[in-house]
Amino acid sequence: MSQAIPAETLLKRSDAPRRIAIRKHGAIVRITHWVNVFAFVFLLMSGLQIFNAHPALYWGQQSHFAHPFLSMTASDTDPPRGITSIAGHAFDTTGWLGLSKVNGQPQERGFPSFVTWPGEQDLATGRSWHFFFAWLLVINGFIYVVSGLLSRHFARDLWPSLADIRNIPHSVVEHMRLHFPHHRDYNVLQKLAYLSAGLVALPLMVLTGLTMSPGIDAAFPWLLELFGGRQSARSIHFITAMALVLFVIVHIVMVLLSGVFNNLRSMITGRYVIDEEASDAAE
Amino acid sequence: MPQNERKLLISRRRLLGFGAVGASSLLLAGCNDSISENPKFLNVIDKATELTYRAQRLILPRDKLAPEYSETDIAAEFRPNGSTSPSDPAYLALAKNNFVDWRLQVDGLVEKPLQLSLADLHALPAKTQITRHDCVEGWSCIGKWTGTPLSEVLNRAGVKPQAKYVLFHCADRFNAAGYPDDYQPGNPDSIAKGGEHYYESIDFVDAYHPQTLLAYDLNGQTLPIAYGAPLRLRLGRQLGYKQAKYVMRIELVNSFARFGSGKGGYWEDLGYQWYAGI
Repeated sequence: MSQAIPAETLLKRSDAPRRIAIRKHGAIVRITHWVNVFAFVFLLMSGLQIFNAHPALYWGQQSHFAHPFLSMTASDTDPPRGITSIAGHAFDTTGWLGLSKVNGQPQERGFPSFVTWPGEQDLATGRSWHFFFAWLLVINGFIYVVSGLLSRHFARDLWPSLADIRNIPHSVVEHMRLHFPHHRDYNVLQKLAYLSAGLVALPLMVLTGLTMSPGIDAAFPWLLELFGGRQSARSIHFITAMALVLFVIVHIVMVLLSGVFNNLRSMITGRYVIDEEASDAAE
Repeated sequence: MPQNERKLLISRRRLLGFGAVGASSLLLAGCNDSISENPKFLNVIDKATELTYRAQRLILPRDKLAPEYSETDIAAEFRPNGSTSPSDPAYLALAKNNFVDWRLQVDGLVEKPLQLSLADLHALPAKTQITRHDCVEGWSCIGKWTGTPLSEVLNRAGVKPQAKYVLFHCADRFNAAGYPDDYQPGNPDSIAKGGEHYYESIDFVDAYHPQTLLAYDLNGQTLPIAYGAPLRLRLGRQLGYKQAKYVMRIELVNSFARFGSGKGGYWEDLGYQWYAGI
């Protein structure tokens, strides 16, 4: 980030903001971003397929079947309804959660077929695809983290400065006014969002995922202690996945609101047009 | 094979399409199954399973134990899964007599084939452990298992050097739709008239692991039928479907290609991973 092209544009000064093109994202960031998009979609959908094999979550080492903290079931009523229970509170979620149509027929299932991979109930295939893309995500993430540390991308572009932290209220107001000036640097809310998604949530997904493996539990029993047991790890895995879905939704909305062409181009070719300001030019 | 090729082409084009549009989930759902059932894709996808197996074998020391729990952790409600009531007439006859006439056959690539009664197994060194059972569906239950370490039986039979896997033949059957047989007392129609016998296989890393038991007790009681009486396999470091119930025969083999569809187990033949440490 922040390598200006062409250089002479930067040297010229003028009072009015001008538009100049910079190289915003390095090649590794761009490639790993799109690999992540691909892996995330398949991991999410195959993950929901796996969840559907037992659509209930528990806390602790094991499953206390009578007391899930979240469950999706079909009721015994005629016609059956889809019921989602969270911490003892039941919600009618017919058509979406608990009961939804597969090829026109209502079926008891956690998540509906249009968000699972494969669409039909098929745990074996869901697992195969989940583990394939988990490997891809881990290898991709490793490349991203090593490159981010070596190139100082994290330190320079993502780690918020003290000034950034003081600027949080201002940045919140800017976002609420849907005012998104195109700067060279990320704003503080972007930094915090990217850091928490990339360096907190995704590693948490990998670690809680590994904690569900009986082989890994034998190799690294401390993982069970860290997350409070295998079923807790499964629940945290699910909740973190939902948090990542929320992140992706907000991320896409922001991309759309703040100049979709400029944003997409910068993540594909690296080229990004900014409104040059006095503070930028002075750097 | 023009139709297959066509299917493959379409699938590839679709897959490329996903990349271009950022793999929109709605598009994915539309052509879900043509890709997920395509053998070429499955081949690549299943390479990851082999990678997982190799990686776990690499980082997991041979005799490293699965976590063990305390008496207070034992599940109040341990869910029995798969077959809970085999309907095989020969099995039902054995069950009627409390398995006094049951014999565990140990054969295949061994120096000395064995026929072991429950009393014979009880006379061998026993081990008790409180371990967690993880079902492939996602749930877990903790139970206390007592039984004979598999290594004790294998050492007495003398494993021939060319043997690579330990294969378990079971009394329970599953029908073509993947449902277990289910005998209801008093209902002669529920007695099995066919279906595949359950079977499983493990390698020698797991076979000689100290927590690998041929279990005959659960929570201090004789193993109930729903949990695999008279004898079931317990592995500490793999999922539930590897833990064969109703074990009748242990066969030492150098390949499992000639059993079922050749994938090493009943669920493996239906697409589940042979290595279930994940």
